[in-house]
Amino acid sequence: MEKTKENRTRGALKRISGPVVTAVGLDAHMYDVVKIGNEELMGEVIKIQGENIIIQVYEDTAGIRPGEPVENTGLSLAVELGPGLLTSIYDGIQRPLEVLVDRMGNFIERGVSAPGLSHEKKWEFVPTAKAGDEVKAGDILGTVQETNIVHKVMVPPRTKSARIKEISGGSFTVDETICVLEDGTEITMLQRWPVRVPRPVKEKLNPDIPLITGQRILDGLFPIAKGGTAAIPGPFGSGKTVTQQQLAKWSDAEIVVYIGCGERGNEMTEVLTEFPELEDPKTGKPLMERTVLIANTSNMPVAAREASVYTGITIAEYFRDMGYDVSLMADSTSRWAEAMREISSRLEEMPGEEGYPAYLAARLSEFYERAGRVITLNGAGGSVSVIGAVSPPGGDFSEPVTQNTLRIVKVFWALDAKLSQRRHFPAINWLNSYSLYLDSLNDWYDREVSPEWNPLRAWAMGVLQKEAELQEIVQLVGSDALPDEEQVTIEVARMIREIFLQQNAYDAVDTFCPMSKQYDMMKAIKHFADLARTAQAAGATPQQVIGIKSKNELPQIKFIKDYEPELEKILKDMEAEFDAMRAV
Amino acid sequence: MKEYRTVAQIAGPLVFVEKTEPVGYSELVNIVTADGTVKRGQVLDTSDEIVVVQVFETTAGIGRDSGIRFTGETIKMPVGKDMLGRILSGGGKPIDGGPDIVPEKRLEITGAAINPYARAPPEDFIQTGISTIDGTNTLVRGQKLPIFSASGLPHNDVALQIARQAKVPGSTEEFAVVFAAMGITREEANYFMADFEKTGALERSVVFLNLADDPAVERTITPRLALTTAEYLAFDLGYHVLVILTDMTNYCEALRQIGAAREEVPGRRGYPGYMYTDLASIYERAGIIKGVKGSVTQIPILTMPGDDITHPIPDLTGYITEGQIVVNRELHRKGIYPPINVLPSLSRLMNLGIGEGHTREDHKKVSDQLYAAYAEGNDLRGLVAIVGKDALSERDRMFLEFADLFEDRFVRQGLYEDRAIEETLDLGWDLLSTLPEEQLVRIDRELIQKYHPKYRKKAQG
Repeated sequence: MEKTKENRTRGALKRISGPVVTAVGLDAHMYDVVKIGNEELMGEVIKIQGENIIIQVYEDTAGIRPGEPVENTGLSLAVELGPGLLTSIYDGIQRPLEVLVDRMGNFIERGVSAPGLSHEKKWEFVPTAKAGDEVKAGDILGTVQETNIVHKVMVPPRTKSARIKEISGGSFTVDETICVLEDGTEITMLQRWPVRVPRPVKEKLNPDIPLITGQRILDGLFPIAKGGTAAIPGPFGSGKTVTQQQLAKWSDAEIVVYIGCGERGNEMTEVLTEFPELEDPKTGKPLMERTVLIANTSNMPVAAREASVYTGITIAEYFRDMGYDVSLMADSTSRWAEAMREISSRLEEMPGEEGYPAYLAARLSEFYERAGRVITLNGAGGSVSVIGAVSPPGGDFSEPVTQNTLRIVKVFWALDAKLSQRRHFPAINWLNSYSLYLDSLNDWYDREVSPEWNPLRAWAMGVLQKEAELQEIVQLVGSDALPDEEQVTIEVARMIREIFLQQNAYDAVDTFCPMSKQYDMMKAIKHFADLARTAQAAGATPQQVIGIKSKNELPQIKFIKDYEPELEKILKDMEAEFDAMRAV
Repeated sequence: MKEYRTVAQIAGPLVFVEKTEPVGYSELVNIVTADGTVKRGQVLDTSDEIVVVQVFETTAGIGRDSGIRFTGETIKMPVGKDMLGRILSGGGKPIDGGPDIVPEKRLEITGAAINPYARAPPEDFIQTGISTIDGTNTLVRGQKLPIFSASGLPHNDVALQIARQAKVPGSTEEFAVVFAAMGITREEANYFMADFEKTGALERSVVFLNLADDPAVERTITPRLALTTAEYLAFDLGYHVLVILTDMTNYCEALRQIGAAREEVPGRRGYPGYMYTDLASIYERAGIIKGVKGSVTQIPILTMPGDDITHPIPDLTGYITEGQIVVNRELHRKGIYPPINVLPSLSRLMNLGIGEGHTREDHKKVSDQLYAAYAEGNDLRGLVAIVGKDALSERDRMFLEFADLFEDRFVRQGLYEDRAIEETLDLGWDLLSTLPEEQLVRIDRELIQKYHPKYRKKAQG
């Protein structure tokens, strides 16, 4: 072993305590990646205390002894970015799970490293820049048809601008040079980027375009903007996972990055088997072709879980830099926070609230701040929208992870176990949820949906709010005691809930509801409410109004693809019934 | 093997040893007391200065004069074909008077995580014969579905009934049962054993017993031994294995005890901050592997302290497992067996295992409708308590009656009553037929026409 004073890259283990180990005799910087023990397990420096270098290990440490060697790679934890990311399924430190199955069988053993991208596969590179062009960091040199998504090969960030000396199309691996700049810089299709550092952009933009998800309660009532942040908290069993999967399937982002962080193995498998089979509604190709999955199940090493969200968001930023809209789901950030807590407690750090480290809030906000709609270095527009799930223990929203998350995110979709018990899906509580993007998105809705939409939305929220107040009275005195008008309000609220808010994720048609249909549906309910009001003013009783038969057909609209004729018929019938009522 | 006599400190179940050669993390340790007894332990923390050993048995008799031997390997479980029908201690030693297990393999008890990519999605419906499970919270092969119970409730009966009746319709294979008891009383254990013997289930079972008076720390390895055995039976020998772990609350207490002895920073209610990860390393050991014949299905049982479902133990469990079956005191007081409250119960994998090709096409819709109607009826009970039954509308009264009927006929069944899934679903329809047809908003008209008793009778008559 060579040990010089200047550069000590090899040291020895001193202490092992679960996923945290201490090494001595080593020069290291924070977040350097190190190889631990004879089996060369992967780890990362997380604390330096005099001679003691404290390392979190991404693999199981059973059997490792003090005295075993530790080697510093001098690099920080980075991901490989380039063609081949799409359709991949990674663990928390970007090891492709498929390759791991080939290398070590059905169970995840330790000490196996596998690169994130295939270094053998050849990609057809088509240059779009030519020799003599002046290029700078972020500029697009050419394209690779990766799946149905065009992968844009960019000049890596931090590259000095220069003229292109040579650039050639053809078949290349990610390691081969595709372009040489005049200053001698050789560029390949592979970029390595440290996961804990945000990739640079030119400018961050305001969030004024909604991310359309096809979920009525989200698009209609609580929209998230492209580049926005949202939290889905939910006690277990409230349908959080289904909601997130619906978002991954249907949101109008070009690229989906899904991070299963501390997730259930079987549920991850459901995602892994379902995604490749799902058809992308826009292209007819498998949805997987525009997806990167990161699966770090709850029983995989805790330190890799801590890293998984960074791995995911770095990949998302890379696609954003090409000018794509990316949506990133992290399920669940609570598990990520718990991983931080676990490591922190092994470090014997002074704990903050509920044992979480004092830097919890800082880490959370750093992470969510990496979302945004941006002008990329090459002047294109791209976005990363982040949707994080939180799993408050005992459904207690006052716990630190939920609270710190809510201070950062702008949209809150409050999943409610009571609703899911009543089989109201998606079980998002319309009273507790909110979206702070409404104001900035108003213009878009006026322009793209209808100038009537914003008032319609406000009306629906008003009815639902009113219902909640009335329900309290009903609980005490029964519904008959309400004034006539209010009895109809209750009925209209019920219609909004059952027709508009409830949506069946498993129905082929209802699973995605375009904005125009949402508008038509809400308008139909409002139409009924207006007719009812007029009829009541003319003396109709609540029973008569509630007894209108044709409105009971409205829910069927949800399940019909070309619903317009049917809807028109129902509306006609409804008007006829009201007319008949007046005639009597 | 070198023996050290350098014990520096003993605190609770932990022994601190000084001046050792390098010792591996998580290594198995033998401790020899003055009278020659050998106790086992495991390395929890190792450094060149001090090694912390967690002792699985009582530390009585261990002193500064005790000899410490580090075995140089992590804890392994000898497994073999002849394990079925055997009764082992919580530490994995035969206690049925039979011979030692002839080991065909020695497996690490921590068990590596199944690569999510290698997993196959669980989708084979398991018929337990219990309507509240099969009908509304369906169990599928490879799932982990805990029973959340509380002291004084018949969760053991429910678990036994599941073990007795569980089958995959259309398959003749019986489940092999791995039963791990952690800190339960001798009486409870006898109850399980008697039932296993009576029904002949013992022949296809492996039983691990850590009883209430056995060392608490041993409980932390009992479920791991059981799951290692289960994985061997499933993935090496091709059995479909049902694992019953009871009582996980005792396991967590043991975890807390060790955490306290190590003077760790405690998390909620004194349980260690890593309890989620620790529990996950147990519960996640269930599933099916692509291209491999067997399966591991887990039914952990836990008692919720103070009937509190937000207590850290049920709470963290619920975040890892794929749903939960909640046993309810109120139903039990009403004399209803099995007292399963379907409202907070859930099976997350249900949709994978039901419907056409699995159970019956109407399963999901019937289940949703039953849930919704029962939830509504149940909510109205609160209202009745305030305003009286007379103040209810006719519609509300129907739902109120439905809730009673649901509990009395759908939930209630005999200890040995094994209902086929068709029976369960037809029973559901019978109950739903007490409501006006237009109230069945969650079921398509087609299915109503096909299965609603009104039309069924017409079709037959």
